[in-house]
This record gives sequence, C-alpha cells and structure tokens, in this order.
Amino acid sequence: MASRPPDASSSEAFELKGRMATLTVVRVLTTDVDALIRQLTEKLEEAPRLLRGAPMILDLDGVDGGALDLQRLAGEMRALGAAPVAVRGNGVEPGRLASAGLGVLPAEEEREANGQSAGRAARREAAPASPGPAAAASRVIDSPVRSGQQIYARGGSLVVLGPVGPGAEVLADGDVHIYGALRGRALAGVQGNAGASIFCLGLEAELVSVAGEYQVSERFAAELIGRPARVHLDEQAGLRIEAFGKS
Amino acid sequence: MSRIVVITSGKGGVGKTTTAASLAAGLARAGHRTAVVDFDVGLRNLDLVMGCERRVVFDFVNVINGDARLNQALIKDKRLSNLSILPASQTRDKDALTPDGVERVLDELRADFDYVICDSPAGIERGAHLASYHADDAIVVTNPEVSSVRDSDRVLGLLASRTRRAEQGDDPVREHLLLTRYDPQRVKKGDMLSVEDVQEILAINLLGVIPESQSVLNASNAGIPVVLEDGEDAGQAYNDAIARYLGEDRPHRFLQAERRGLFGRMFGG
Repeated sequence: MASRPPDASSSEAFELKGRMATLTVVRVLTTDVDALIRQLTEKLEEAPRLLRGAPMILDLDGVDGGALDLQRLAGEMRALGAAPVAVRGNGVEPGRLASAGLGVLPAEEEREANGQSAGRAARREAAPASPGPAAAASRVIDSPVRSGQQIYARGGSLVVLGPVGPGAEVLADGDVHIYGALRGRALAGVQGNAGASIFCLGLEAELVSVAGEYQVSERFAAELIGRPARVHLDEQAGLRIEAFGKS
Repeated sequence: MSRIVVITSGKGGVGKTTTAASLAAGLARAGHRTAVVDFDVGLRNLDLVMGCERRVVFDFVNVINGDARLNQALIKDKRLSNLSILPASQTRDKDALTPDGVERVLDELRADFDYVICDSPAGIERGAHLASYHADDAIVVTNPEVSSVRDSDRVLGLLASRTRRAEQGDDPVREHLLLTRYDPQRVKKGDMLSVEDVQEILAINLLGVIPESQSVLNASNAGIPVVLEDGEDAGQAYNDAIARYLGEDRPHRFLQAERRGLFGRMFGG
C-alpha cells in the first residue's frame, strides 16, 4: 500500500480501479480513411442509438498502423458522434497516438473470442495470478418499462423485474429476462450474439429478435400467447419461440 | 406539508377535467384548503365544469406574466369556502406557460393551500409536461380501452423520468390509477377491458373505478363537480376514490353489472 501523504485528512479526490469493461472494437481493415468514414457513417445511420457516444477501440492488427492517418480518422469519428478511446495493435508511435487523443492497449491483453493462438493462451496462464475476465454485469430494471421507453444493456444482459409495456423497447447485447409480461419489443444479442435468448413470463410481444433475426406478433403461434416463453436462435430453424414451465 | 397532484392521461376526452373538479371539491369538502389549476391554456374547460365561467377576470397566464396577482386571479368557489380555482387563458396557447412562471405560481399556491390540483392538458408536450413537472402525486385517468391504456403507460414512463422528483432523485411521484367510464355490461360482453386487465398492464395502485353514467354529463353541463351529487353512482364512486386517496380503506364498488334476467341466473349466489 502506498503511504498516505501526512496531510491527507480530507476525503480523497479519486480512487484508481481496474475494471473490465465491454467496448466496441472497430477492426480496421484498410488504411483508406475516406472508405472507413463512409462505411462508419452508414453503420451509424443504421443504429444511431446503439453506436452514438459508444466508446470504441481501433484494432490495427489487420493493417500497417504506420500508414494510417490516425489523427484524421479519430477526428472524423468524433465528428460522427462515435467516441474512439484507444488503439490496439502494432506499429503506431506513442507521439501520434497522443496527438490523436487516443490511448493504447497492448495487443495480447484483449481476450480473443476464439482463443487464436496457443502461445497467447500459455502466456496468459503464465502471467501472475490476476482475476480472470469478469462476466459483464447485468443491468437490472426494478420497475415496469413503460410505452415509449427504450432500455439497452450494453455489453451484458438485461433483467426487468416487471412488465414491458406496449410500445416499449428493451435491448441487450446478451440475454433479456423479463419477470412479467412482454408486451413491447425485446431484442437480445443486438451486437450479433446468436447464443442470446429472451425469457418472459407472458408472451404478448409486438416483436422479438435475437441477433438480428426477428419475428412480429402476427406470426406467433396462438397457443404461445400469454405463456411463459423463451426465444432463441436455432441453427437450422432460425428463430424459435418455446413455452416453458407448466400451465 | 402541501401536495401537488397532477391529473393526467395522455389521451384526451377520458375525464381529466371532470376528475380534477371532483377531486378538488371532494378534498375541500373533507376540510382541506384546495386549489385547482387549469393547465389547458387555449382550451379552457375547468371553469365550466366548476360553474364559475362567468366570474373569470384574470387567469393563469396573467399571473405568470405579472399582469395580475395570484389572489386577483383565484376564484373562490361559492359552495365550498376552502376551494379556489385558477382558470386557464382561452386566448393564448401553451407557449405562454414558462417553466419559471409555473414554478413561481405553484410555490405561491403551495404556501396557501394543502392540495394543489393540476388539470393537465392531453398529450405529452409542453403543457402536459409543465403540469406534471412539479407533481408529488399523479392520478392517471384511463378508460378501459387499449389506446387509452397505452397512452397511460407512456405517461407513467414520463412521470418516472421527466418530473422534478425524478430529475432531482427524490422519492418518485406517487402514481394512482383512476379508471373512468367503466361499463360492467360491456366488460362482460368483452367490448371493454376489465379492471383486472388494465391493472395488470399498468401495474399501479387502483384509486377507484368510476362507472359510465349519464350523471357525469349532466353535472358538467350544470357546472357542478359530480362528486357533490351524492345520490348518483358516479358521485359516490368519486367520493370513495377521494377517501382512498386520503388513506381510508374502502372496497371497490360498481364493478359488477346489475343482475337482470339471464345474467342474474348465470352469476347467481
């Protein structure tokens, strides 16, 4: 423990904490800034609420970082409403990062989705015992979600302790759990997690979606309406809605 | 400690003004100093329902603009000595209401009255927002049909997020459901949502159920708050609701269709 300065009688101004946080990673595949900005603009228009203001990491593993005009890219992204915070990858000098207002993440610290190289895994095991990556926290809403409200659990699951009203929208990168009737829209795995599910105690939804596959209520089987149900993606059958529990 | 109560619904024509008039009259009759404020600038109605339309000299907007003092604009009710009405302006629109002006007037009313009832306009725009913003309690007036229920749900969401209490992180606005124009016959036939259906969707405390009744229209036309019509079912239902608002425990009435003929035999016992 660091020793306290002798006059530290007043409350401390800050604490430093290491926290796992989920950030959107932008894997840069070209050094052509114009093309990057054009496509990013399109993406932002598709899903403005999800991406605007979202902190993003630029992953430069796939390109020659030295050839990319980072300062311009970061500036243009900020003008679009995105928030690039750091760069991960090789070949970028610290001076250029500072002038672009970005931090740096060493390439191997980020957990790979499919554990690419054995060497990397071994190195992580050999590293001094640090806590493993924490599961992303669930966002818990302890009141009904009302018509016109939109609630998004970024990077984790969403738990609603009450009903979701008609015209309300609940979204999560992970699962959506609703301990009440679902009468609005629910979207799980909105960043593409096909393993996500929606659970609700009464299916009266307007629309359900997992990883972009959606179904509107018109197409729900009549015997499912009002029942406790799980919505998930099946590799063959696509979006499946199944009742659970007895009744 | 005085309380500001907003009567709101989102949807128009569900009975907000009728409810505001009756709640104000009922609270005043129970001995509380009560003021009722018409926020429906440009479409003023409350003065008609309260029967004081011929005594309006100054209005809410005059007070906000400093053209009149609050005491000059408040109209004392002729039936109940501790009831006052602040009418809306008919010649202006909702833009005449400023957040600062509304706050000033409500603060002044708070000092003189136990209950300040705000009759909100329909919708969720400026007028409705300002009427709800300072509320301690909200009475959400809902008809037993899907569009009204959905609008009420929307309004409840706004009460939980865009009021002074929500913004300052105080205790949330206390929400009450008042179901109006309830017709048990039509509920039984499946033409209307039942109390249980509505409560299930909105998930808030049920203050009362006001039966659909000719007496409501008659009382409005005569300029009498229907709560003062003790012989009528709607008047009694409002009375019950006000007693519950004040903390009394009363069973809900007027939920069943009157038994006649076939119905009587089907639901006998």
